[in-house]
Amino acid sequence: MPVLEQDGVKIWHRRTRQESLVRWFGWLLGLAVFMVCWQRISEATTWFFVWDAPRIANDIWTRATPPKWEYITQLGRPIWDTLNIATLGTLISLFLAVPVAFMAAHNTTPSRVFVRPIALLIIVATRSINSLIWALLLIAIIGPGVFAGVVAIAIRSIGFCAKLLYEAIEEIDETQVEAITATGASRWQVMAYGIVPQILPAFAGVAVFRWDINIRESTVLGLVGAGGIGLQLQSSLNVLAWPQVSLILVVILMAVVISEWVSAKVRGAII
Amino acid sequence: MSSAVLSDVVGRPWRKPPFIQRTWLRWGLMIGFAAYLVAAVLTIEVDWGRVYEGLDRGWAFVKSFAQPDFVTRSSDIWEGLLESIVMTVAASVVGILISIPIGLGAARNIAPLPVYMICRGIVAISRALQEIIVAILLVAIFGFGPLAGFLTLSFATIGFLSKLLAEDIESMDKVQAEAIKASGAGWMQWINYGVQPQVMPRLVGLSMYRIDINFRESAILGLVGAGGIGATLNTAFDRYEYDTAAAILLLIIGIVMALEYLSGVIRARVQ
Repeated sequence: MPVLEQDGVKIWHRRTRQESLVRWFGWLLGLAVFMVCWQRISEATTWFFVWDAPRIANDIWTRATPPKWEYITQLGRPIWDTLNIATLGTLISLFLAVPVAFMAAHNTTPSRVFVRPIALLIIVATRSINSLIWALLLIAIIGPGVFAGVVAIAIRSIGFCAKLLYEAIEEIDETQVEAITATGASRWQVMAYGIVPQILPAFAGVAVFRWDINIRESTVLGLVGAGGIGLQLQSSLNVLAWPQVSLILVVILMAVVISEWVSAKVRGAII
Repeated sequence: MSSAVLSDVVGRPWRKPPFIQRTWLRWGLMIGFAAYLVAAVLTIEVDWGRVYEGLDRGWAFVKSFAQPDFVTRSSDIWEGLLESIVMTVAASVVGILISIPIGLGAARNIAPLPVYMICRGIVAISRALQEIIVAILLVAIFGFGPLAGFLTLSFATIGFLSKLLAEDIESMDKVQAEAIKASGAGWMQWINYGVQPQVMPRLVGLSMYRIDINFRESAILGLVGAGGIGATLNTAFDRYEYDTAAAILLLIIGIVMALEYLSGVIRARVQ
């Protein structure tokens, strides 16, 4: 932090002149990048539609209200499917995530050189691809339907669950593991009595947390044909049945709120 | 422990106390969950013949990861990817800029009650609506193209960043802010010197994380016509061009990994 002299008076400055110049240059560069990006977006936009947007929004709103409440009788099965996609998907992903987590954690991996990088790659690859893309892929492979949705949610969740689990495994108290080892326990007994009880609360927390996220994600899987309430949303949008669309959106919002409430309650009970 | 209880326990091997003490509740929950699982699995219709046929295609897809085709559709891939990146950058900048004042307003310790209520309301709405649903509505209003995607991502960024920023401000150290206030600072100075230095590292970290999320989301917005690489990916799946799809997925994974690494480095530097 330099002290610069101005008119014979010493004044404190936070940065030297050079540092401030570099900073200003950085901001300028950032602004330039943003302007270029904005220009590209604006070139690809039909501005006529944008100026017309308030009228269209108003039009959609008048068409969509009030929601067609009697349509709810046809939503029972899709909601049940959505719930199943989220729950079964979460369960399967937990089964798959546990071994991956043990392979990825420093202190439990069989081999830090060979197995750990593979486990980390699985975690990154499954996490960085959205469940909708997984669903697209699975529909191309095993055909549309609820089953593809379940598998998509399961694959997508592996990375998330395994990442949080292996971080929990790496943070365990080693003294407990040593105590179990000192009693002459085998490798599996050490696992069962020394490690698993320590990560069980984290495991339950992750499971519920992911289930909550998966409810959200499974509501839109139907947009690409993977079952659930998104299917109804897609078909209503296709025929421009706005009162149905607004009802489905209300139902999805309710589902999200309820699942968040349930997950908060359960996590409160566990932790 | 009284002697009667002790004599009861002696000679019996130790057993872990159950997580739920009440027997009927424990068994009730277990049986209920098992019944739900059976019901859920039974209602899922799986066309095993279709799945079996799909296995070949699945294997073809796995194989195409070994020889992804970046060349045939290189102009489409490049266009889509650039559009995704452009949307991510622009939406992140705008979203972060808007979420700072909303985050300040949503922190109970610095905002008056009416402002707090309004800002919390905005946060709640933005968090309850999923990106893809917002994108559908915005595409309907503003027309196809990256503008709808840009608006969607900006809107989603506000909910995420404002909430976490507000929570960070609420848990900040009051003493520093009071010291600034005691020196006779105005509101802007108070925020600038008392609050901002405390939350800045976290704001930078969260912004980096959100850029990461925005890029991942931008990859799917194309499915509903909101611009980006998703449209190209969708076409590739529709045409069963697995080698092109594999190339796109590899690019997404690569960029996400690079972003994660970069955000790790930046977060380590600011904290």
